[in-house]
Amino acid sequence: MWDFCSRALETARVRGATYADVRVMHQRQRILTTKNRRVGTLGQSESLGLGIRVVANGAWGFASTDNLTLDGVAACAAQAVAIAKASALAKKESVQLAPEGTQIDSWQGPCLKDPFEIPVETQLGLLLVVDEEMSKVKGVTLTETDMQFRKVDSWFASSAGSRIHQRKFVSGCGIVAMSFQGDAMQKRSYPNSFGGQHILGGYELIEAMELLKHAPRVAEEAVALHSAAQCPETTGTLILGGSQLGLQIHESVGHPIELDRVLGQEANFAGTSFLTLDKLHNLQYASPIVNVVADARTEHGPGLGTFAYDDEGVPAQCIDVIKNGEFHGYLSSRETAHLVGLSRSGGTVRAEGWNRLPMIRMTNVSLLPGQWTLTNLIADTDDAILMDTNRSWSIDDRRYQFQFSTEIAWEIRGGKKSRMLKNPSYSGITTDFWNSCDAICNADEWVLWGTPNCGKGQPMQVMGTGHGASPARFRNVQIGKAFAKQ
Amino acid sequence: MSARTSARTPSLRSERDLQKIAATVLRLAKTHGIREAEVQIDESIEALTRFANNAIHQHVAEHGLVVSIRTVVDARTARVTTNRIDEDALRDAVQSAASLSAQQPKDSHLLPMLGKQKYRSVRRFHPGTAALSAEDRARAVRSACQLAEKQGQIAAGIFSSGQNHCLLANSRGLSAAHRQTHATFSATMQQGSAASWAKGNAGDYRRFNPMELAKTASEKAARAQNPVELEPGRYTVILEPAAVLDLVGFLFYDFAATAVADKRSCFAGRVGKPLVGENIGISDDVYHPDQLGMPFDGEGVPKQRVQLVEHGMVKNLVYSRQSAKQAKTRPTGHGFALPNEYGEAPMNLVVGGGNVPIEQMIASTPRGLLVTRLWYIREVDPYEKVMTGMTRDGLFLVEQGKVTRAAKNFRFNQSILEMLRNVECLGPASRAAGEESFEMVVPPMKVAAFHFSEVTKF
Repeated sequence: MWDFCSRALETARVRGATYADVRVMHQRQRILTTKNRRVGTLGQSESLGLGIRVVANGAWGFASTDNLTLDGVAACAAQAVAIAKASALAKKESVQLAPEGTQIDSWQGPCLKDPFEIPVETQLGLLLVVDEEMSKVKGVTLTETDMQFRKVDSWFASSAGSRIHQRKFVSGCGIVAMSFQGDAMQKRSYPNSFGGQHILGGYELIEAMELLKHAPRVAEEAVALHSAAQCPETTGTLILGGSQLGLQIHESVGHPIELDRVLGQEANFAGTSFLTLDKLHNLQYASPIVNVVADARTEHGPGLGTFAYDDEGVPAQCIDVIKNGEFHGYLSSRETAHLVGLSRSGGTVRAEGWNRLPMIRMTNVSLLPGQWTLTNLIADTDDAILMDTNRSWSIDDRRYQFQFSTEIAWEIRGGKKSRMLKNPSYSGITTDFWNSCDAICNADEWVLWGTPNCGKGQPMQVMGTGHGASPARFRNVQIGKAFAKQ
Repeated sequence: MSARTSARTPSLRSERDLQKIAATVLRLAKTHGIREAEVQIDESIEALTRFANNAIHQHVAEHGLVVSIRTVVDARTARVTTNRIDEDALRDAVQSAASLSAQQPKDSHLLPMLGKQKYRSVRRFHPGTAALSAEDRARAVRSACQLAEKQGQIAAGIFSSGQNHCLLANSRGLSAAHRQTHATFSATMQQGSAASWAKGNAGDYRRFNPMELAKTASEKAARAQNPVELEPGRYTVILEPAAVLDLVGFLFYDFAATAVADKRSCFAGRVGKPLVGENIGISDDVYHPDQLGMPFDGEGVPKQRVQLVEHGMVKNLVYSRQSAKQAKTRPTGHGFALPNEYGEAPMNLVVGGGNVPIEQMIASTPRGLLVTRLWYIREVDPYEKVMTGMTRDGLFLVEQGKVTRAAKNFRFNQSILEMLRNVECLGPASRAAGEESFEMVVPPMKVAAFHFSEVTKF
């Protein structure tokens, strides 16, 4: 693969590029699903190709190809340079990149059990048994299960001399039971909704999730929700389960801190951000107990935002995003770092595949654990609603106003978890919400959740991000608007 | 705009080239004793010029070909996809598909592959669009950016163009092919803290004018200054086509017979009953002149035009071969490639229009809101089809028949079914492009009592 990289870089140089970097990627994927005790999807795929990004005449160009021959990659590099020169027709300023050292390295992410070495028969067998177990519960009308595995090799080379090979395994699984009665549909998922839990790792995730053990509970809760009380419309205390809080972090912290959004580069599609540059070190984003980091290092855990180097060849880093409640830092790239006074990129640039341009993406944007056990937190709460497992999510294009609904909730009364509630939802303004946080559970409750489906960019790129979170408590939250009688 | 090619634009392989790849796959399958095999080949050439802050900041091109192989082994099926097309790689893919197929229980519902079919001809390949170059797009973008600068605004958006070629063949003699081009221009114009937006999409880039779209966005951004904060509540709304598209588009999977059978469609138990206003008609029609898409489905069944909603009643659903057999009816040509758990879906929705232009809708409204587009729409209640989302890039207050000023953006929690019961009048239907749903043919609508639940800060 290095020969293809070298040929592409050399062609770009000869054609007039002043900087170039190239990625060859080989992606393999396996997807298995079941529905109502039958196999749904069963497939494997692979994709191998090369993408090259160049600066010529001070402007960017990018081209990609699956024609992995020396002539094919040379033509691709020439096309990238021609595109960059066309870009210069509508250029304001020349591209300026933060300095970065030359890296020569090879790295493999964590993986105890290669999922591609586990027979499909075994994997499918487990899903079918779990599906059957959920189907046994009276009142369940639809059952679904899934497993997904990816193995990605990437070879990065730059005109500055870097040569980096990385190998990652990504695994995920989830189960869902739905119940349709009268005029309502209820649903429960495990370990999370919309595809379940995903990590940087292997089949050990599937074994750790104990899908079969949780199947009956998931199905029974889906049916029980029909007879549960409606979540009230009120302003009050909210306790969020870890997976829902992970998505709250993603939407109301992770996206607003993307520097390309802040600078208007996503204004036409994903949107901009309320975190304008004047707010850096000058905004009480959250209450003083809130600390959020963007940490791509392996020591943070096997998250979907864990790597050794980003797709600009910048080593993984840990960035303080919110420190003791104050807004402390953005997600940056080599091109944007200098705009916020950084001498170096934060190392957050990634591409979905060989045919996509690398761009700023969340790494593992995580809320650091607090002091409480969940038991003590509930015991300390007189009157609240505990919500768990996301059902819908929406936030405005500057990331101020959000509304989330979850699959299930429980009343907390007098320090005890009491009756189940259906159709829970909450809404608010980002900074008001985070400033109302008064308790965060400890490291024993902390899970690094994987969000596999973050969409951004044109053409759209879907990226996996990580979000560590433990349950937390928020005061004076607007609850129940989504289902309120109008 | 001239379609020049100084930055060389690659071209698609010929249909004969794709047929050769397909023949190789089917031969390899036969050699390995696989009696039923299917191959789908998709080649695409895509390019996108992206701009922000009145300059091009991203500019990309890609060329790829994907071969997807499905085998059937003793009533069991699986799919393997690769973008490597040398014979060894294709042989590996065939063997992997057969191996995957064999590692599962038999499927008593699996049907034999379809034989040779006849397809209605659709011509959707426009050489001028295929030949659009990086410079062509860059020049159009430069003009939009110059307009923004002249108006004291900041432009962001895309100009994309591309061409695709698909061939589907199987061991029972089925062979179907389709080529098409497409282009999109989208512009967001920002002025101070306000913004507006316009977007066009077509198979032929000459069907829209980038500068006209940029001007529309620019003029609306100028009018969007100093928005007033209104109380949440129920308002009469005039939804521009993009807003209609992005909401109504969320119904598409509800029309799938499989979704209804699985009891996850909002039409479960409601087919044949009055459900929305009598003035609402929805069809799926890939042959509509404003549509794009292939005239066959994932198994090669010819696509039919299906009248889904007529006079406010769900009359028909769409069917794959398997769901049609279970329902004892005929497939409509909307099935997804097998194997899958979703069955089918209509992907070329056409919402019937009326003859009331937007200007007349505004003129007849004592108090209401004009909505340019919607954003981040998600399902809150799947059976009542309550959706939440935000207004974005141009929300305007209408008073006494006139647009008087901009309003701060609202969050809505609104049932689509209820909304379609409250449509007071419809404008002419045309191809619309949004960001939440795929492109459709839809009219603008004036809707009573649309529910806004909360307001944001801008």
